[in-house]
Amino acid sequence: MNHIAPGARAGIYHYDAIDRRFVGERVEQFRKQVDRRLAGELTEEEFKPIRLMNGLYLQLHAYMLRIAVPYGVMSAVQLRKLAEIGRTYDKGYGHFTTRQNLQYNWIKLEDTPAILNALADVDMHALQTSGNCVRNVTTDQFVGAAKDEVVDGRVYAEILRQWTTLHPEFTYLPRKFKIAISGAVSDRAAVRVHDVGLLARRNEAGEAGFTFYVGGGLGRSPFIGKLVREWVAEEDFVAYLEAILRVYNQYGRRDNIYKARIKILVHELGLEKFKAEVEEEFARLRGPKYRLDPAIVAEIRTHFAPPPFEELPETSEALARAKAENPAFANWVAVNVAEHKAPGYAIATISLKPPGGIPGDATCDQMDLIADLAERYSFGELRVSHVQNIVLAHVKQDDLFALWQQLDAAGLGTANAGLIGDIIACPGLDYCALANARSIPLAQALSARFADPVRQRTIGELGIKISGCINACGHHHVGAIGILGVDKKGTEFYQITVGGDPTLTTAIGDILGPALTEEETVDAIEAIVEVYLAHRTEGERFLDTLARVGHGPFKERIYAAD
Amino acid sequence: MPSPDGTLHAITANRLRDGVVVFLAAGGAWVESFADAALLTKAEAEPALAAAKAQADGDQFGVDVYAFEVERADGTAQPVKMRERIRALGPSVRLDLGKQAAA
Ligand code: SF4
Repeated sequence: MNHIAPGARAGIYHYDAIDRRFVGERVEQFRKQVDRRLAGELTEEEFKPIRLMNGLYLQLHAYMLRIAVPYGVMSAVQLRKLAEIGRTYDKGYGHFTTRQNLQYNWIKLEDTPAILNALADVDMHALQTSGNCVRNVTTDQFVGAAKDEVVDGRVYAEILRQWTTLHPEFTYLPRKFKIAISGAVSDRAAVRVHDVGLLARRNEAGEAGFTFYVGGGLGRSPFIGKLVREWVAEEDFVAYLEAILRVYNQYGRRDNIYKARIKILVHELGLEKFKAEVEEEFARLRGPKYRLDPAIVAEIRTHFAPPPFEELPETSEALARAKAENPAFANWVAVNVAEHKAPGYAIATISLKPPGGIPGDATCDQMDLIADLAERYSFGELRVSHVQNIVLAHVKQDDLFALWQQLDAAGLGTANAGLIGDIIACPGLDYCALANARSIPLAQALSARFADPVRQRTIGELGIKISGCINACGHHHVGAIGILGVDKKGTEFYQITVGGDPTLTTAIGDILGPALTEEETVDAIEAIVEVYLAHRTEGERFLDTLARVGHGPFKERIYAAD
Repeated sequence: MPSPDGTLHAITANRLRDGVVVFLAAGGAWVESFADAALLTKAEAEPALAAAKAQADGDQFGVDVYAFEVERADGTAQPVKMRERIRALGPSVRLDLGKQAAA
């Protein structure tokens, strides 16, 4: 892999000839398969697994194409291509997902090969976004920039991409397999609710290694990932992961889709037995063949070399002046801007959650604008967060005001990152064929109800997460307030959970009481917030107050009248 | 859930080549508008569904063919379930898109 990112670009992995040939061949294969399907030579039963392997689902209104954004990082050029595809083949917008991917909602089967071709032009594809394979690996959206970063997770996520895409043993797993990597002190990648969650760390000698959590996951049976090994040295990274996948392939259930994820295997086998099986397999695999060569790691790391940062003072006077003169901007900085490891730089989150908006949706014009801004202010690179926002990771503090003005003018200047308006919502019954209830209208009603920026900051850190069915794409189990859509005799109802936490202090939320109607739910969330504000002591987050006072006061307030 | 006697049914699919929602009309044609869909009694729906499946497969026209319940309110027919209403109209959060936009 020797195609180094050109010029003053931040770290984007660029395909080499092997990657390019492989993706090109897959597109051509799929083109022929589509032709055969349209000609009636393949039945739907035969074709469905093939289209799913290429990221193409059938949803309520049309086909949905899910594009992989490897570990959530892409270039401005790639985003512009996504905008172009959205205009040409879809309806002028796209939806960023909790898997750090992009979905188009109105795709035609007959257009799909051309779309995949257009994606391949910019080193993108829709592989590993569906099916029982190792899915697109996710990471911290602040990777390579965060002040609290210890290890750059992109390097290992890219190694996993190359290792898993064509690995014969991983193409027919019992079920899908999701891996998340975080290399920072704060976990922004929800690692313990993934099939494998990796914390990249350094030992006293400064060498990189990994803590492995296995068997986390949401959905019908939520589980928190269990600690399987505290330290796996970098050279054993691939061998250890392969050992886990082999054990899963060998023992994972294939008879019942609801019991096929690795979380059920870990649960049913028991942690100690599972660990023993993995260690045994690992001992067998360990050796020169599976050793991750430091030269390979170093080579891949060159793709993610820091961009050419200017030498700047730690803080910016221009920023301080602009904040003093413009309270709305100062609020946006306080809420949406995070500390960068390079002096004078900052990480800016572009919220895709305007009050009353559809979480994660961006128009193609907005995508073009964000691509322009990424080029102007962030070395041509951007990220998709699992919270369905976009991040410009390397912005000069001096440029933040100009950036915000342009974002604000395009409706992208909402200051709510991490606050109650920053709601995760899956597509739900408005688009998704599996849904029981709509998610988006509830998110819209809630973000409108809590639109006031002052009130949002008063409430503080509080994540609402909404799923339209038990599959939990909206991560409702780990929402401080989670909402699950259910169908009760044809009517949409919503079940509220509280106390979920996606960070390293991972917790699955508890059901507060019987499900409510949409209108009742919005009022109930407001009541929960009021109870929290009434009970909280200085500096307490919602989760802290909840842990201290218990569910009682919240339940009482919502269900007392029943 | 068994439908109460007297419930009407319509038959739907997604068109193979573009995924667009289609409905079976009287006479066996597939149409894009729910307003043009044939409304069938339970007794009529079963054989019609079997025939529609065979036809959709044979012609490579539609996928995921099934019947859904329809009710009449104030003289107009509408799908009983929200899911089918949304398929017949478009996303409830984007009234500018889907069939409702063309109407
Ligand atoms: S949680 Fe359910 S409704 Fe929401 S996107 Fe996932 S499968 Fe669809």
